[in-house]
Amino acid sequence: MEIPYTVEPRKDTGLYNAKVGIWLFLASEVMLFGALFSSYILLRVGADVGEWPRDLLNVPIGTVNTLVLICSSVTVVLGWAALKQNNFAKYRMFQTITVLCAFAFVGIKSFEYYDKFTHYQVITKDGKVYDGHLHSRTAEQVVLQGHEIDASKGKAEGVRKAQKADKHGKEIVIKTSDIQKIGNYGPKHNTYMSIYFTLTGLHALHVIAGALVIAYILWPGARMWKTEPERYANRVEVSGLFWHFVDLVWIFLFPVLYLL
Amino acid sequence: MGDHHSHHDIEATKKKYLMVFYALIVGTIVTVGAYFIHFDSIALTVALALFIATIKGFLVAGYFMHLMDEKKMIYGIMASTVFFFISLMGLTIWAMHDFPTNTMTR
Amino acid sequence: MKFAASGSQNGENRMQTSSAHAHAPTGDAHGSHPHHDEGGFLKKYVFSTDHKVIGVQYGITALVFLLVGFVLIMCMRWQIAYPGKAIPVLGGLLTSVFGDLASGGVMTPDLYNMFGAMHGTIMVFLAIVPLAFGAFGNLVVPLQIGAPDMAFPRVNMVSYQCYAAGCIVMVVSFFIPGGAAQAGWTSYSPLATAIPGMGQTFWLVGMVLLITSSLLGAVNFIATIIQLRAPGMTWMRLPFFVWAQFVTGFLLLLAFPPLEAAGLMQLADKVLHTSFFLPTGLAMGGELANISGGGSPLLWQHLFWFLGHPEVYVLILPAIGIVGEIVACNTRKPLWGYKSLVYSVLAIGFISFIVWAHHMYLTGMGTKISTFFQTTTMIISIPSVIILTCLFISLWGGSIRFNTPMLFALAFLPMFGIGGLTGLPLGFNYSDIHLHDTYYVIAHFHYVVAPGTIFALLAGVYFWYPKVTGRYMNETLGKIHFWVSLVGMNLVFMPMFYQGMSGMLRRMSDGGAMYSIAQTPNAIGGLSATIIKLNEYVTHAAGLLALAQIPFIINFFWSISNGKKVESDNPWQATTLDWQTPTPPPHGNFETVPTVVRGPYDYSLPGAKADFVPQNQNP
Repeated sequence: MEIPYTVEPRKDTGLYNAKVGIWLFLASEVMLFGALFSSYILLRVGADVGEWPRDLLNVPIGTVNTLVLICSSVTVVLGWAALKQNNFAKYRMFQTITVLCAFAFVGIKSFEYYDKFTHYQVITKDGKVYDGHLHSRTAEQVVLQGHEIDASKGKAEGVRKAQKADKHGKEIVIKTSDIQKIGNYGPKHNTYMSIYFTLTGLHALHVIAGALVIAYILWPGARMWKTEPERYANRVEVSGLFWHFVDLVWIFLFPVLYLL
Repeated sequence: MGDHHSHHDIEATKKKYLMVFYALIVGTIVTVGAYFIHFDSIALTVALALFIATIKGFLVAGYFMHLMDEKKMIYGIMASTVFFFISLMGLTIWAMHDFPTNTMTR
Repeated sequence: MKFAASGSQNGENRMQTSSAHAHAPTGDAHGSHPHHDEGGFLKKYVFSTDHKVIGVQYGITALVFLLVGFVLIMCMRWQIAYPGKAIPVLGGLLTSVFGDLASGGVMTPDLYNMFGAMHGTIMVFLAIVPLAFGAFGNLVVPLQIGAPDMAFPRVNMVSYQCYAAGCIVMVVSFFIPGGAAQAGWTSYSPLATAIPGMGQTFWLVGMVLLITSSLLGAVNFIATIIQLRAPGMTWMRLPFFVWAQFVTGFLLLLAFPPLEAAGLMQLADKVLHTSFFLPTGLAMGGELANISGGGSPLLWQHLFWFLGHPEVYVLILPAIGIVGEIVACNTRKPLWGYKSLVYSVLAIGFISFIVWAHHMYLTGMGTKISTFFQTTTMIISIPSVIILTCLFISLWGGSIRFNTPMLFALAFLPMFGIGGLTGLPLGFNYSDIHLHDTYYVIAHFHYVVAPGTIFALLAGVYFWYPKVTGRYMNETLGKIHFWVSLVGMNLVFMPMFYQGMSGMLRRMSDGGAMYSIAQTPNAIGGLSATIIKLNEYVTHAAGLLALAQIPFIINFFWSISNGKKVESDNPWQATTLDWQTPTPPPHGNFETVPTVVRGPYDYSLPGAKADFVPQNQNP
């Protein structure tokens, strides 16, 4: 006996199997990202005074990424519509744009990550805090392009004020022997960076996975369009649903992380 | 195909998709614009950002993901999921902020 | 046992092989050799996508880990009863594996904590859930709904492989330097993060694999039950077991992801040195920890228990389903209150998501939130009682057949009753203040899971064994297994209620000796000599319980080739579709798509020829 309803929908539910499957999976993903969002809220509300950064992320870059994903979302659905109208070439064009958008998103994200990994905060033995971009680091000294921070109301608050007052800062040379603590803006810098990297990292993994699946269906898996067109269209629809979910998560991630 | 759309139907649907696309772009611009306006109340800032995000979310879910014309079964599953997510978030936040009185605070 | 399997299984494009029609040879599988196909063994038994093979894979792996978990606790029980004495038989092995942690064959407190954490983890995640959901669910659900297989057979195979990978990671963690996780199965931060070594990291990686397996399984089960019911199999004609698995699927689907998120965060804390769950000002080893701080240990607890509570319903619901099937069949009567049973499992599923903080009454929550959780906890006891009542009433006026599966199923009822009722003082926040983290809690949850769920699962093994192998398990050995286990379970766990109410705390590696009146005569609330002595009796009883499993293990393997052969494909004369297949069911399960024309429990139907009418049989 073959497994029924893999292509044609079941009458009483009106659905084919893979559609039920993907929506169930998306439900679990809502809970996954939901738990991380809840954690974000709790960590922010519970943060020590002045230690939760604001205006740290680059809003224009984030906006570009948002627009990139929104574009990819519309191309994926237009691609599916083209397929249903039997226009394979148009479908291929739209889906290629989708995959390219995905690459663009991940590329921009990588640039943002790199920017954070090369941004340092140094605390010297006399209690002064310096924050800025790393120019060079040798055994004798560390050179930053940034600011000396007034940490009396909290380090993060100090960074924010300093960057607001003077965007570019100045060159600061610190002798290695004076350094008490030095670290970059990686996940362990503070809980904001931790949750930022976790949320965006997990999201980026989903972007990559979704793009790989769409690309596979688009190129190697396109053989099925000739042999089983309906089943192929279902696969396109199901992968599209996943892609929209990935976009949906970013629609919430962007304001929460970048704007609030 | 899942549901047999006519060519005319699909053209109409494509128009809908484009409208949603434009709405999403506008929504993004409004959100970013609101960021540059300083509101005195934090609650208002947060509420506005989340409100716009929710609208955009509904547009994506409702139109791009076809949730608007999807079957009850799917609706039901997603609605329960959203309920459980809100419970997780809401109850946890409530729990962290409800303290026994006349004892140490935070 | 052998399923009539054919080459590569792709559920979507299956060819029906002619061998599917034949009544496949029963039982002698172990004597004869399988066909010498190329890659035959691997494709048929290791990389199979057939739900029955996957079910058996889950079952055997889970039973092995049930034993492993048992061995861990036996070592711990020795230490509790005889603190500081070398463990007999296994002591030398422990020393060679764990070195200093078990020098001279004596369990150190660190090793005790390790075994305790792994006992809980292994029993819950590697044994019970895979057995109840993965094994019985996979084996029985597609058969009972009249489907040819699961909706996504390849996903099914991958879900088993993720589970197996998770098991391997957990086992390997014992042998790395520092050993396995030691912070309880609940892995509270900051302790879990602070303990040096990679044990906790392995635990987290293992958990991610196990959670992935459960999520994939849950998607499969729910989609299968929604989409692949045979014609005529309406929702209200589903066997109760299928309803139970359906709700269990949703619990796994929606409750596990927050724990996965928490696991990722704790992994980041351990490996990337973030501070998700580490508060500012944390001191480790006497000095300020080199972390950013700002995290919240309570956040871990909330995320953990958000899964943790639905998880316990995952442990019990399949068991209740199994008991329902066996009771109906062996009383020759329909289950009483089918509709109530269905609505109750749905209610339990829904409410179980909003009761979790009753595990956290002592974390300093205020009265309003505590009252909320207390209320929802009390509310959820109602459908549980309804289910138990319906099952009890189902026995009334039945023509009861006291075979081994039925004995276990019958014993389940009062044992689960005790477990459930003793949960009530824990559900109220004021009484929980006295009982939290005491042996009372251990007794409560073990009553529900051990003489509760495990008895139901054993009943399921005895019940479905003939369908899988074509032979009955030996009744005499089964009855010995049952009676000695029943006595053993009660002797082990009943005294723990008393110990708990007297104030004996959990997770004490010396069995409470440090807090005994003997050692500290003027201690307020010190443990009496009786309480301490009970440790010894409980350990002896646990030994008895261990011995009781030997007839089962022998029976399980011996009966494959030597058990009494079944007289028909439906040896128990049951009504559900799983018994209307050849033995064992071939690939695709049914020769033709069955059409369901009646409810699941048409036993003793007036006017019918036999005392049962199968679901797909017209009058």
